[in-house]
Order: sequence, then C-alpha cells, then structure tokens
Amino acid sequence: MSALWTVWRKEMLEAVRSRRLLGVTATLFVFGAASPLLARLTPQILQLLPGAEAFAALVPEPSLADAVAQYLKNQSQFGILLAILTSMGAVVQEKERGTAAMVLCKPLPRWAFIAGKFMAIGASFLLALAVGAVAGYYYSEVLFGGLGLGRWLAANVLLLTWLLVHAAMTLLFSTLGRSQLVAGGGGFGMLAVLGLLGSVPGLQRWLPAALLGWAARLCLGGGGPAWPALVVSLALTFLSLIGACVALERQEI
Amino acid sequence: MEQAIRCEGLSKAFGRTRALQGLELAVPAGAVFGFLGPNGAGKTTTMRLLAGLARPSAGSAWICGQKVRAGSREIARLVGYLPEEPAFYGWMRPREFLDYVARLFGFGPAERQRRVEMVLETVGLQDVAGRRISGLSRGMRQRLGLAQALVHGPPVLLLDEPASALDPIGRREILEFIRALAPECTVFFSTHILADVERICDQVAVIANGRLVVQARTEELLRRYALPVFEVEVEPGQGVALQRWLQELGAAGWLLGVSHAADGNSARILCREVSEARQALIAGLAQASLPITRLELVRPSLEEVFVRLVQGEVDK
Repeated sequence: MSALWTVWRKEMLEAVRSRRLLGVTATLFVFGAASPLLARLTPQILQLLPGAEAFAALVPEPSLADAVAQYLKNQSQFGILLAILTSMGAVVQEKERGTAAMVLCKPLPRWAFIAGKFMAIGASFLLALAVGAVAGYYYSEVLFGGLGLGRWLAANVLLLTWLLVHAAMTLLFSTLGRSQLVAGGGGFGMLAVLGLLGSVPGLQRWLPAALLGWAARLCLGGGGPAWPALVVSLALTFLSLIGACVALERQEI
Repeated sequence: MEQAIRCEGLSKAFGRTRALQGLELAVPAGAVFGFLGPNGAGKTTTMRLLAGLARPSAGSAWICGQKVRAGSREIARLVGYLPEEPAFYGWMRPREFLDYVARLFGFGPAERQRRVEMVLETVGLQDVAGRRISGLSRGMRQRLGLAQALVHGPPVLLLDEPASALDPIGRREILEFIRALAPECTVFFSTHILADVERICDQVAVIANGRLVVQARTEELLRRYALPVFEVEVEPGQGVALQRWLQELGAAGWLLGVSHAADGNSARILCREVSEARQALIAGLAQASLPITRLELVRPSLEEVFVRLVQGEVDK
C-alpha cells in the first residue's frame, strides 16, 4: 500500500509543479461560475448585440433549469477534454522518456503505478470540480435560488463519475499505445463510439452519458435515477484499470 | 566461490532478430565485472533481462540465487540498476528523486533521510541536491543515476555504460568509487571504454553477436589471448619515414598488424612470435637508418585482445 501512496504523492506533486492542477481547477472554476451568469444574462447580452435585439424577445425568461443545463453542458464539455488530455500521457510518456524503466525496476508493483496515477487524476478532478461546483452553486443561488445543496453535490458526483470513466479508458490506451497521440486518439475515439451507441434506441440508459441526464434531473426534480448507467460506468472504469494493470504487467519496459 | 549473477542459456529475440543467444555467465560475488562488446552485441539486452525489465525468450538468470522474473520485487531489492541513459522527472530535485526511490523501497523517514544524504555525498551531488534535475549537466545526471541505484544498498549493481558521459576527471572519480564498492557489492558493468575495464575490473566477459566469446580474469585474458606487441618511436618529424618503413614491412610473415599513434611518431607492431620479430625489427630499423628513440616489447592492451576476439567472432 505504501507504494501506491508514494506514486499518488509523486503524481500530485507533479500536477502542482507542472501547474496542471491549477489549469484544470481554473478552467472548471471559470465555467462553473460563468454558467449561471450566462444563463441569467443571455437576454441582456442579446439586446446589446447590434441586430440581435429582435431575438432577445424570443428568449424565454431564464430559469434555474437553464443555469443547471448550462453548468452541466460546460463542465462536461471542458471536463471531458481535460480528462482525456491529462490522462493520455500518464503512462506512455513515462515509457517514452525512460522514467518508467527507472522506477519499475524498483519494488513498485505495476498495479500501484497505474492505480496511483488514476487516484491522482481522480483527486485533481475532485478538487477542480468541487471548486467549480461551489462557484456554480453560489451564483445559481444568488441569481435564481431553489437549488438544493445535497442534490447539487450528488449531481456533481455523477459528473465526476462520468469524467473518470473517460479518464480510466484513456489511461488504458496510454498503457497500450506507443505514443500520446494514439492514447489521445483512443480516448476521443471511445467518446465518439459511446456517443454513437447513444443513438441506438433503448441503449442510452445503459451508457455513461446518461449520468449527465440523471444529474440534471437530480437538481431540478422529475424523472428517475439512471442506475444501469452508473453500474456500467463503474464497471467500465474498473475494467479499464484492470486492463491497464494487466497490460503493463505483461509489457517489457 | 558464491555467484552473484548466473545466466544459463539466456536468450532474447525481437521478432527475427536474435539479440542474445544462449548466454552462459557466472559472476562471482564481490567482483567488479566488465561486460564488453561492440555496439549491438547484446549488452543492454542482458542488463535489462537481469534488471527484470524484459523477459527472456529462453534460458534463465539468477541473482544471489534468486531466479530473475520480470517485475519481481525480490530481484528489485537485490539489484541497483543504472540504464545507459538514465531518465528522471525534470521537475524534481535530486534530493526529492532519491527520497522518492527510497520511499519505493519502503524506508521510514529517518532512514530515508540518512540514505539520501549518504548517497548524495558519495556521488558528490550535495551542492546541487536542491536544484531542478532538468538543469543538471549530463555528468551530474549520471551521478544521480548511480545514486538512485545505490540508495537501498543492493548486493548487486548493474551499470550500463556508467562512465561514458563523464569528463576524464569525473570518470576517474566514478571508476574509483565503483572499485571501492567491491567486495561488499558485486558490480556488473558494461562499457566500450576498454581502459576503464583494465583499470578496475577483476573479470571480463566479451560478447559479440549476442554470444559469449570469452569470460576470464582480466590478467588471464591478456595472458591467454594477447600476442606480443613492440612499440617503436622515432624522433619528432620522422613520422612519414616511419610509416613508409612500416608499409614495406607489410608482407613479413611474423607481422600481424600495425597501429599508429595519433602523433605519427610512434607505432605498435603486433607480432606472431617475439624472437623473430625482434631480430627483424632491429635489423630493419638499422637498415632504414630511422632515428629511433625507443623500441620496446610492451604489455599488450585489452583493446588489442578485444578487437582480436570480437573480429574472430564476427568472421565466424
């Protein structure tokens, strides 16, 4: 277990020193804060745009639902981009640079090498999303009100779960691939594949993206949970990590 | 004598390329063991197999009696490994990196600090221990690589070209340091700098084309395989005349080869047999009226033995 914490500690230190943690946190904070603001101010912004005044009248009165939808859309779009970009180099870059050979000839179990990295990615996104969620909650409450704190937290946990599914799959590609490009391609490829599968009738409720719909329903009420999507998401995360561990175990460094 | 490293039929193939073919090797405990071979001979492959970073296609290896398995934690505790081009996290500082390595070995805080400071002092990096690794010179990185291999006090050190990136002073320091590690620690190191091997190694193994050519004590190797060498030196400015005379010797039956020194005023003459060569050389030099300053039967170098052995393997 100490090896796992050692790798996690090193990964977190690297995230801080390379300003990766700062970048992820700043991005999710900005979009977390800006989403309710944009939802509230969209009609006013349209009125200020020359030629767009007529559209302002067509825009319905902004509501909490708009703020939540805006928040989930922005955080999921930028979050997924960051999750794939920060995970794609995690293993393959260490193999390319030769640092993997330096540390894996030490008594470091290879599963701990993978798990420590994933835990650090998870911790980074937990922190960044928490900061974004606090900002989003504050402005949503100030501008609209009626957002339950517990439901908001649960919605953000679902968003985090969805991001970590993709981080885990990208980590698997980072272990299997020979370059960061391949790993990134694999991560974005899986995003596209799952998106396409979502268009198959009846399949959507099983896919990780259904967690985002569940998160919206949690905040606004109405509709039920998406337990199948949660189970599939956790299974995909677990299997991706197991796959990465097995692959690294079999590889020559 | 107890063996620190043993290889039996160790082979490694990459597709159709056979990098290592049935390597048989026995390294006695406490030895400083030189592993020689031309580029592509299989030295780094052997090191990686012994460090547990690669799997053999056939055969096995043992370190201190433990069978080597890829990723084995037991082997990792027995071995300190320095790759040919050690890589580090550039954002870390040397002290942090060594602490990270010590943590991987599970040492407690006080023990970690003691070991880190000890190896930093040993390799002479205390002054730069707080600087970022990305800002260190290649020589300093090589020293750091050596430090990380030593931090857990392993009984066996695997060093892949440990001194090749160092300047002459740094090289001498590192070699003296490696020499001092024995007999508590067995040092198995590959190099292409034959003078380094001659300087510090008790035993030598030569490989070529993935096969072991010979393994012997350094002195024994020189005695068994070295042929007599005469060194002839002429007065400055007489280099051209010396070269012309050596060219005329070309067909002599006792002559095996000639190598010229960089200054052109001296040459090493490899002979088949001493007495015949001595007579022919003295007579020839007198006849050519070359102003010689020295004619000496010298100790053959390991380089001459190495070239002969490797050339023989290549010719096969």
